Amino acid sequence: MIFSTLNGVLYGMLLFLLASGLTLIFSMMGVLNFAHASFYMLGAYFGFQISQWLGFWVALVAAPVLVGLIGAAVERWGLRTVHKWGHVPELLFTFGLAFVVEELVQMVWGKLPVDYRVPALLDFSAFELFGTTYPAFRMFMLLISVAIFLVLLLVLTRSRIGLIIQAALTHPNMVAMLGHNVPKVFMMVFGFGCGLAAIAGVIAGPALVTQPSMAHVLGPILFVVVVFGGLGSLPGAFIASLLIGLIQTFAIAINYSLGDALGAIGIGRPISGALSDMWQVTVAQIGPVVPYLMLVLILIFRPTGLMGTRET
Amino acid sequence: MSSTILAAARPNPVLDLLRRYGVWIAAAGLMILLPKVFSSGAALTTMCLMGIMIVFSLSYNMLLGQTGMLSFGHAVYYGLGGFLAVHAMNTIAGGKLPIPLPVLPLVGGFMGLLFGFIFGAVSTRRAGTAFAMISLGLGELIASLSLILRGFFGGEEGITANRTKMLTLWGVRFGPQIEVYYLIAAWCLVCIAAMFAFTRTPLGRLCNAVRENPERAEFIGYSTQMVRFIAFCVAGFFAGIAGGLAAINFELMNAVNISGGQSGVVLLMAYIGGIGHFAGPILGAILVVLLQVFLSDITGAWMLYFGLIFIGMVMFAPGGLAGLIMLHLPLWRRGTILQVLPHYAAMAVPVLMGAAGLTLLIETAHHQLVKTQTDGPAMHFFRLGFDSNTPLPWLAAALLLGGGLWLGRLYAPRLKAAYGDAAHGVEAAR
Repeated sequence: MIFSTLNGVLYGMLLFLLASGLTLIFSMMGVLNFAHASFYMLGAYFGFQISQWLGFWVALVAAPVLVGLIGAAVERWGLRTVHKWGHVPELLFTFGLAFVVEELVQMVWGKLPVDYRVPALLDFSAFELFGTTYPAFRMFMLLISVAIFLVLLLVLTRSRIGLIIQAALTHPNMVAMLGHNVPKVFMMVFGFGCGLAAIAGVIAGPALVTQPSMAHVLGPILFVVVVFGGLGSLPGAFIASLLIGLIQTFAIAINYSLGDALGAIGIGRPISGALSDMWQVTVAQIGPVVPYLMLVLILIFRPTGLMGTRET
Repeated sequence: MSSTILAAARPNPVLDLLRRYGVWIAAAGLMILLPKVFSSGAALTTMCLMGIMIVFSLSYNMLLGQTGMLSFGHAVYYGLGGFLAVHAMNTIAGGKLPIPLPVLPLVGGFMGLLFGFIFGAVSTRRAGTAFAMISLGLGELIASLSLILRGFFGGEEGITANRTKMLTLWGVRFGPQIEVYYLIAAWCLVCIAAMFAFTRTPLGRLCNAVRENPERAEFIGYSTQMVRFIAFCVAGFFAGIAGGLAAINFELMNAVNISGGQSGVVLLMAYIGGIGHFAGPILGAILVVLLQVFLSDITGAWMLYFGLIFIGMVMFAPGGLAGLIMLHLPLWRRGTILQVLPHYAAMAVPVLMGAAGLTLLIETAHHQLVKTQTDGPAMHFFRLGFDSNTPLPWLAAALLLGGGLWLGRLYAPRLKAAYGDAAHGVEAAR
């Protein structure tokens, strides 16, 4: 139970590292970046490669910076060109980008998972509870993500650049009128968001599996988080990240099926045949479906999301 | 099928008929003649796939191109239609029901319609990005479910069927691929005609209105939600037909057919072909299937090229192939198309240089990274043999790519000016 909670919070914090960047990008530029999870994957692979050459700690800094630069370049030479055609081509551009990144990663690092190990310094168990140990690296991940969350909060609310970003979120034209270089702010935010995703990749890589499908697995969930929390709302993204992290982690631990539940109150199997599987599916199996269900429901009943102020 | 025919009285009824339906007669003739020209087994399979994909991508364009709804989950209706068709084939063959194979795509179509009705009621309440997100959510929902509900979706292996076990009509058992080809071609033609006819109905025009300006459509008294809903259902119906055709063609449906990947492919097809024009998705489907079939034979990195072509299209030709063709229609009408041809020929040099450089780069990298361990460093590029471990190919690739980009940028303004002159006349350009 405690482990599940910890894991859930951890997963949620990782999601938030990605979702915060995605939310910033969306609310400033109006672009839902389909390639955001690809930058997370790039972060993981860069982290793997750099830690092979120079060690994990260098990778922790260098990989996000590299990915951030790539992100900024994509914004400068890709998205800005497409911007004049409107929002749908922008979306499609990032969609194609995600496709290309996955292919490139497969080409460079192969289709199989790479052997991205936890650094030796952190390869011990943090504590033991009920005979099960909890790895220190996970505590480290939690620490890093919470620290970044706090820094992000401070930067956005207290610093000058944070104020400009906040202003550009709601009133981009006014900010431009005041003499700020809005395209440059866009580029920086895009690069910064990609960098954040890459940090998540570097620290999640050793704990989860670093493989070419990792972007594809996480991408849709990320959208769920951002839309569920409310597009353009960082607190919303935070709550939604934690919520989905916890739901997904707990769902895996529950092994009941609909048939069990109905059987307990005395209802037998009402149908058989092709759809009879519905009665044997356990909550654990249904776990991956829950976020999408949440997405659909929230978009129908509360289109602004949990904390959002604008309709999508 | 593109030109709008103004209702002017024509003296010759035969000519008029030909003008109106000539394209369709030509299309039917082409479909009949194609297997006579390309009669190999591989060509037949490719053409069958093209027919299916044409219907699928046209149905997708009813949403994106005509009603302005970006969907990331259109494969749901294609897949569900296909799965139901497979199950129907098994049931009919098992129970010896008197239903012939050619009507089976309708079963898929009604499945698509049913689910278009259910999911459309949910998702078409919203437009724009919210609709895109709901469609993504629903798509992923069904894709995840397809791996869970093994009874209906058959898990990883999928569900198989045998198309020859059905009622035979006039001795046609649909065993050989050629018979299936004609079945698909017939359905394809009927669906194209039906979908084209749909765009000409008041409802089809309303769809365009909802795409262009939903507010004004509301003001003249139409519910945009209703229009989106109907368009969504109809698109689901045709996607289901495509799924049914796929079920007949492959005699197999598995989770890949319903996955997000399939939804992505149909989006790519429609967009590459051009969503602004009715025939665009047809071109896109043909091109993408050709790429899938031939490129995957030539190179291991074909998916990468595919993605790059898509990105290039989005960046430089948002109208797609059809859009590019439409750009030159006024030139054709003015008779000035010959003016721009030399400029295109000149532009072809940097473009080809850049493309050659890029492919050389990708191919060398691909060989270096993927195949060197097994095949050794020697490789071929357009019959040019060299060692991928030496810096020479990299240098050549970089030079070609850089040179192509530089020359292209240099020449682009002149090409633009030449096009402007040809399209609007030298006077108008000034």
